[in-house]
Amino acid sequence: MIMSAQSQHTHTNSCHEVLAHLNDYIDGELAPELCEALEAHLEVCEDCRVVFDTLNKTLYLVHQLRNTSPQLPETVEYRLFAVLNLEQFVPKKPE
Amino acid sequence: MTGIEIDLDIYPDEASLLEALKRGEPEACACLVKQYAPRVYAIAIRMLNDPDDAEEVLQETFISACKNIHKFEGRSALGTWLHRIATNAALMHLRKRKHREVSLDEPIEMAGGEDIYREVEDGSLAPDDHAMNSEVRDMLEKAIAQLPETLRAVFILREIEGYSTEETANILGISVSATKVRLHRARLRLRELLAPYLA
Repeated sequence: MIMSAQSQHTHTNSCHEVLAHLNDYIDGELAPELCEALEAHLEVCEDCRVVFDTLNKTLYLVHQLRNTSPQLPETVEYRLFAVLNLEQFVPKKPE
Repeated sequence: MTGIEIDLDIYPDEASLLEALKRGEPEACACLVKQYAPRVYAIAIRMLNDPDDAEEVLQETFISACKNIHKFEGRSALGTWLHRIATNAALMHLRKRKHREVSLDEPIEMAGGEDIYREVEDGSLAPDDHAMNSEVRDMLEKAIAQLPETLRAVFILREIEGYSTEETANILGISVSATKVRLHRARLRLRELLAPYLA
């Protein structure tokens, strides 16, 4: 059980529980009553709040990578077509 | 779409493309490659962080897919099936690579018997610089490349390729609970790696 906000905060099991539930919380899969307890804990525990904030920033940045996928170089595509015996689809280089 | 031009409208849906692939039509194979190669390559290069190894995985993936297309039963999307082949091929490459990698902390022995140490680039960034410029992208890609391979595979499929937890588990052939555990570890590990830049 996550410690309530009213209880005096110490680095006890509650911090470990917050870390254990953080993923489900971020993914919106944590039960509502656990969400409330986790949020209450974040209010009073700076260490956990730092972890939560930096984790959110990390995921925000990582999700930006979805729009910047590494491009398939043309030469790699040409060689792939060649290795699959699909040269007939590769445009001939001008003489 | 750049590069080789292929008319992707020949096959109006995945089912007709699949039938043509099973009949061995070269046009279908060309469509398959044109449609899916960029994403397969992106997964491979993120998993391996090396263009030559990524190209090998790309080629292995499509050679294997064309050879085994008759075994594909359509229980997942064609793209998911290809990503499973690519991810497994990339993991195999990583395992092979482990045998030939040297630690960055190990000195390089010079001909004269003198040891020199590798210079590792310091990627420090200004704290406010969180826009997705090339510097930030490189820093992220390097951090992801530092994740242990099993965590990296889950992380790339789930967080970058945008697969659900269930789809990621299916691609990797592991349970949903194992996927969740690995994702949790990968996220926290990446946070640790990036923490100096995010403070």
